[in-house]
Amino acid sequence: MLDGSSVAPPRDNGELVFEAPWQSRAFGVAADLVDSEHFTWNDFRHHLIDVIGEWEALEGGEQPEWDYYSCWLTALERIVNSLALLDLAEVDARAGLYAARPHGHDH
Amino acid sequence: MTEKEDHRHEMDSQLPEARTEALEDLLVEKGLIDRARIDSLIERFEHDLGPMIGARLVAKAWLEPEFRDRLVADTDQVLQEENVSGAQIEHVEIKANEPGIHNVVVCTLCSCYPWALLGLPPAWYKSPEYRARVVREPRKVLEEMGLSLEAETEIRVWDSSSETRFLVLPERPAGSEHLEIEELAELVTRDSMIGVARAQTP
Repeated sequence: MLDGSSVAPPRDNGELVFEAPWQSRAFGVAADLVDSEHFTWNDFRHHLIDVIGEWEALEGGEQPEWDYYSCWLTALERIVNSLALLDLAEVDARAGLYAARPHGHDH
Repeated sequence: MTEKEDHRHEMDSQLPEARTEALEDLLVEKGLIDRARIDSLIERFEHDLGPMIGARLVAKAWLEPEFRDRLVADTDQVLQEENVSGAQIEHVEIKANEPGIHNVVVCTLCSCYPWALLGLPPAWYKSPEYRARVVREPRKVLEEMGLSLEAETEIRVWDSSSETRFLVLPERPAGSEHLEIEELAELVTRDSMIGVARAQTP
């Protein structure tokens, strides 16, 4: 990873910003909540640091593969839950519904 | 639904695709976020914000010593004057490389980065390996990324925070004396402004 081989030559705009659509949505949701002053980037950062720290503290066998935007998403879930914007039980239920859609369903 | 299918759906509800969609839809339904705003926000980060913003400032600093001095000494003020969007929410410090001193930027705890100047960070910048190792063994990490520094060059590692973001001002490459600002800016890569590469040579 650090040998530079995976580092694409920067285009005028840098490499691909998001690797999957859900990553851009997770970013955009957080950014819109910041823009609409539900919380600040600094508030969000505290949660993100916690989630990343928890991943780092896991032992080898229990540690899932590193995925930055999964950490981002978990931090986002925690902050909306802690501010009572959403109840995570609602997210679980809705995510379960979406996951149960027939394969190939595209929004 | 069989027990097996039930279990599978339980697992699937943990998939980030499903959770993100659920989170977004629920927040939209509650009127807390706006999909069109999110669309344009993503568009801006994908297309309008990026290293070309920092590169233009570096090129200008190479050409105009007076601008360079002000950029380093009074960065936030200069960024506002240059209409760098988002500059008001970040305090940026510019770390200028010089013979014998090389600067490199990291965020050890998460992924803080000068968005207003470089856009969003590349994946490797956020990786646990880079964040941990560049502090412990910067010379080795830079070497692995293709940047060999002389043994006597001092390496200064700057750890970003919510308060302060850093941008490296790379040294102007030899052979670039005759170039105009646009051509110079093309030599200034994102990586050179993070400090893991030199500016390209013409």
